[in-house]
Amino acid sequence: MSFFFAAIKRDLLLAFRHRNDIVNPLAFFLMVAVLFPLGVSPEAKFLAQVAPGVIWVAALLASLLSVDGIFRTDFDDGSLEQMLVSPQPLVLLVLAKIISHWLISGFCLALMSPLLAMMLFLPQQGLFALVISLLLGTPTLSLIGAIGAGLTVGLRKGGILISLLVLPLYIPVLIFGAGTVQAGTMGMPIGGYLALLGAVLVVSMMLAPFAIVAALKISVRG
Amino acid sequence: MKIKFPLWFYQLASPKWFYEITSKLLPWFTAAAILLLTIGCVWGLVFAPPDYQQGNSFRIIYIHVPSAILAQSCYMLMAVAGAIGLIWKIKMAHIVAKSCAPIGASIAVMALATGAIWGKPTWGAWWVWDARLTAMLILSFLYLGVLALSSAFENETSGDKAAAVLALVGLVNIPIIKYSVEWWNTLHQPATFKVTQKPAMPPEMWIPLLIMVIGFYCFFAAVLMARARIETLEREKRSEWVRNLIKEIE
Repeated sequence: MSFFFAAIKRDLLLAFRHRNDIVNPLAFFLMVAVLFPLGVSPEAKFLAQVAPGVIWVAALLASLLSVDGIFRTDFDDGSLEQMLVSPQPLVLLVLAKIISHWLISGFCLALMSPLLAMMLFLPQQGLFALVISLLLGTPTLSLIGAIGAGLTVGLRKGGILISLLVLPLYIPVLIFGAGTVQAGTMGMPIGGYLALLGAVLVVSMMLAPFAIVAALKISVRG
Repeated sequence: MKIKFPLWFYQLASPKWFYEITSKLLPWFTAAAILLLTIGCVWGLVFAPPDYQQGNSFRIIYIHVPSAILAQSCYMLMAVAGAIGLIWKIKMAHIVAKSCAPIGASIAVMALATGAIWGKPTWGAWWVWDARLTAMLILSFLYLGVLALSSAFENETSGDKAAAVLALVGLVNIPIIKYSVEWWNTLHQPATFKVTQKPAMPPEMWIPLLIMVIGFYCFFAAVLMARARIETLEREKRSEWVRNLIKEIE
């Protein structure tokens, strides 16, 4: 398993040396959330109502924005090819890359979400539901997004295509995630929603790495 | 354990054989489609009794239900053919999968459009954010994604394989569409046909519907064959048999 942690460490180190890659999606997350009060209505009552959905959509888009880079640099400098020919199990290598991607994207988004909750007047009692739903939901986003990233990494214009491929598959996570926050703000039990989010995460964690490996092999070897 | 299929089944994997078999089958399926669709349309739209609640507006069921069923079957076929192509590296399977995508996309759009037209008089709105409608919308997005991905690759083989992987990933949506009316309390009515139960409609209403469904399948088979044949010729244009074929025509 040492290569698994080595792979996570390598990606985290690379990310910290290009801090822009970490900060940009977070700034994007913040800006999308700012657009809604300015574009729709600054009224606190209205914002509190739409806040769960808006924060979740913003997190989803921010995650989508960063997912394109998950294999891109490795593909460009040839290290992805080396990983494919290495004797280590590829599924674990891919999983390591996704975990490190989640740590610098989804995890940070979840940590930053209370700030957005304040800006959008989300009721206090929904805060816990927001953070926990993002913590459970964003790993799924990284996993599904990585399938799209793997399929398009060999293409020059992957950016717009990746959103077309991945967004339809993001929809269930969005529904359950925003539903959790909605239930939380109204003081209803959120256990059922969290169980669904967890189930989606477990299933995608089991299956997505295989699809990603297949996708990467197609992209690299043709 | 080794399963043995009849010889013609294995021969389908050969482009030449596929072309020859389908040139015999295509006229039959075309004729069946025209016959069944004409009978079904006239029976359903003119002679079937009006619904006691919805009046004549229910008649769009004769287009809506077959297209919705077919849109899902077509996706299944596309994903299974893609998987066969990925696993056994059969080029005919990829040709079939590729030919499925545009047909399925247009049928899914047709199901959505007829649903909207039906929804207006019965629900009072063109569109509601109901589980089955949303799942169907996602299905049409998946078709669009597969189409976009397979055309984005310059290398044909990579495009085929990538589209197959995406189609397989999107397969998770099919049970969601199927059971959306049972899992969630939705506005959409439950399934019209079930294998285990008798339909809730009287026979003079569901028999024309069944004819339409079979007619749609025949139509789909005919269009799929026609598309796959053209795709086969295009991909095999350097092979001996296609050259001979062209010489014969000339």
